[in-house]
Amino acid sequence: MSKKTLFLQGNEACVEGALYAGLDFFAGYPITPSTEIAEMLSMRLPKKGGKFIQMEDEIASMCAIIGASLTGHKSMTATSGPGFSLKQEAIGYAVMAEVPCVVVDVQRGGPSTGMPTKVSQGDVMQTRWGTHGDHAIITLTASNHQDLFAITVEAFNLSETYRTPVILLLDEVIAHMREKLVIPEKGEIPLVERLWTSVKEGTDYHPYLPREDGRLPMSDFGGVHRYNVTGLVHDMWGFPSEDPRIAYGLMRHLVDKIEGHVKEMTHVKEYYLDDADVVLISYGSSARSALHLVENRRARGERLGLLELQTLWPFPAEAVRKSCERAEYVIVVEMNMGQVTEEVRKVVHDHETVFLANRIDGTFISPTDIRNILRVVQGKGV
Amino acid sequence: MSVREYLRERFMPHLWCPGCGHGIIMNNLIRAIESLGIKKNDIVMVTGIGCSSRISGYLDFHTLHTLHGRALAFATGVKLARPELKIIVPMGDGDAIAIGGNHFIHAARRNIDITAIIMNNRVYGMTGGQFSPLSGYGTLATTAPYGNIYEAFDTVELARGAGASFVARTTTYHVRSMKEIIEKAIMHKGFSVVEILSQCPTYFGRKNKRGDAVEMLKYLKESTAPIGSERKRKNPALIERGIFVEEDRPEYCAEYEKIVEKAQKG
Ligand SMILES: Cc1ncc(C[n+]2csc(CCOP(=O)(O)OP(=O)(O)O)c2C)c(N)n1
Ligand code: SF4
Ligand SMILES: [Mg+2]
Repeated sequence: MSKKTLFLQGNEACVEGALYAGLDFFAGYPITPSTEIAEMLSMRLPKKGGKFIQMEDEIASMCAIIGASLTGHKSMTATSGPGFSLKQEAIGYAVMAEVPCVVVDVQRGGPSTGMPTKVSQGDVMQTRWGTHGDHAIITLTASNHQDLFAITVEAFNLSETYRTPVILLLDEVIAHMREKLVIPEKGEIPLVERLWTSVKEGTDYHPYLPREDGRLPMSDFGGVHRYNVTGLVHDMWGFPSEDPRIAYGLMRHLVDKIEGHVKEMTHVKEYYLDDADVVLISYGSSARSALHLVENRRARGERLGLLELQTLWPFPAEAVRKSCERAEYVIVVEMNMGQVTEEVRKVVHDHETVFLANRIDGTFISPTDIRNILRVVQGKGV
Repeated sequence: MSVREYLRERFMPHLWCPGCGHGIIMNNLIRAIESLGIKKNDIVMVTGIGCSSRISGYLDFHTLHTLHGRALAFATGVKLARPELKIIVPMGDGDAIAIGGNHFIHAARRNIDITAIIMNNRVYGMTGGQFSPLSGYGTLATTAPYGNIYEAFDTVELARGAGASFVARTTTYHVRSMKEIIEKAIMHKGFSVVEILSQCPTYFGRKNKRGDAVEMLKYLKESTAPIGSERKRKNPALIERGIFVEEDRPEYCAEYEKIVEKAQKG
């Protein structure tokens, strides 16, 4: 049997990936350029007996998916810039209460209402530090529909494994661009299901006591274990606590469970890096132009390579450092004012070799744009 | 079962001040649930942030203590995901009607089967006595040192207008009817709202010279009257209490089930 092949938008590829991963609860509020995700799911979820709800705003949507997730359902919301800002307080709640869920942010021009229909990658840092307080977060992205499908599944897998919200960071170009997607067979991409506790009814269950491997088995709301979930600092039962030892332990746990597994969470794609003396680093739709330029220049004998990041947070520092080790120049290609560039500068051995090739005017960055910067960097003039 | 079996001893002592109305409400809420005989495993209690919202921690249900104003949004997710569960959402007046006002009117409009209990002490207790949307004109608060210039919402009218299919009001003085009303609200299929006029002796009472808890309770007795009663007719300024709305209307989760059927047929 031949596999199902579709020709569709990135937003639709994301929906396909989410359904493949087992999504059965979605709450959202319309906003360009993410709206198609909600529209498609309003059609698809009821067909499989899943739940779709359009809430009164993005705050409510984020809260609703947390509530649904606690009953044992894989849950997601999708939004864009202004809506993503509204969700921040509740994203922090999901971090603190360790509730698995997936939040899609399809980036558009910002700040504020910005350029609703234009492309940008200006939310990278907001996914990292959008909610208040010290914390760690997982942010994933992709540059084509096949990868987007797989990374969407990975977003669900990581959220279940680490009991944490995962941000799926797309951009307007990826979201609206149409290309081919081959739907993998069932089982082709492994799925991580919720880890349920084996503690029997009547025995004390500790919802916030990590196992030796760091994972926290869950019990569904409505099940046999009644426990408390709160955004306050809490002990292993979920009861609020102001004990400094408990506060310290919880803060360390929340950060370490993510920062301590960077390797497992790192998804990057390497193109022609082996002998590259100019390394481009990019992600999302910008990586398409970067790859185009690399292949174009390779044909002329120039040694360009590309490191494409699919994991943005926790920042894949090791992978970046290694790729840049022998590079004369590192050019970070992104559609913002250098949000990933700064991170790259922090981890390479000589930050003066790192340059930014960007566009911030709502126009998709082209291979020529990158080439022009590269020529300036190399002292060749434009 | 005794009241104690619904309490989480580990959580005690509670943080409420002596004389606070929130304890009276918790007590009667437990009694209502007990007399309805609902299993503890079938109840999810969702709260926001405030003195009132701490109630969820003290009770032995599935409890979700969320964000200021957002309890109904979280509760909507729980309910739609697991419609067979009973969802009870106690909220403070600021929690429900100020920051959570939008969620409140939309939960009512959806007529989703959730019981909202507004523990109305006319003040922001937790943050130390600022005015709330239910404080009323002329009251004093830490952020209204010269007197509050807002009129209060009429929660009953707000809930009715927004589409709640069960709307009632009672007070912490009228404990018998409070229990009965809560029972009816929980059993009602649809969005049910119970406003309970309560007392915060620590902030509202002290600032507005309303005396101690006993005097505040007496005031709740004297300033209210049953719907359509003789006392109300004689003194129109009295606040009515009782059940204002009790209607059988399409409930959101039941309607959603019909959507599922439609989608699966097509
Ligand atoms: C987003 C947000 N804004 C403000 C606060 C601070 N805050 C906590 S409780 C509260 C008001 C509580 O008043 P009410 O809801 O009437 O409950 P009460 O304490 O009176 O029972 C406020 C403003 C907060 N926790 N979160
Ligand atoms: S401050 Fe007011 S509302 Fe809060 S516990 Fe004390 S009396 Fe109750
Ligand atoms: Mg209050």
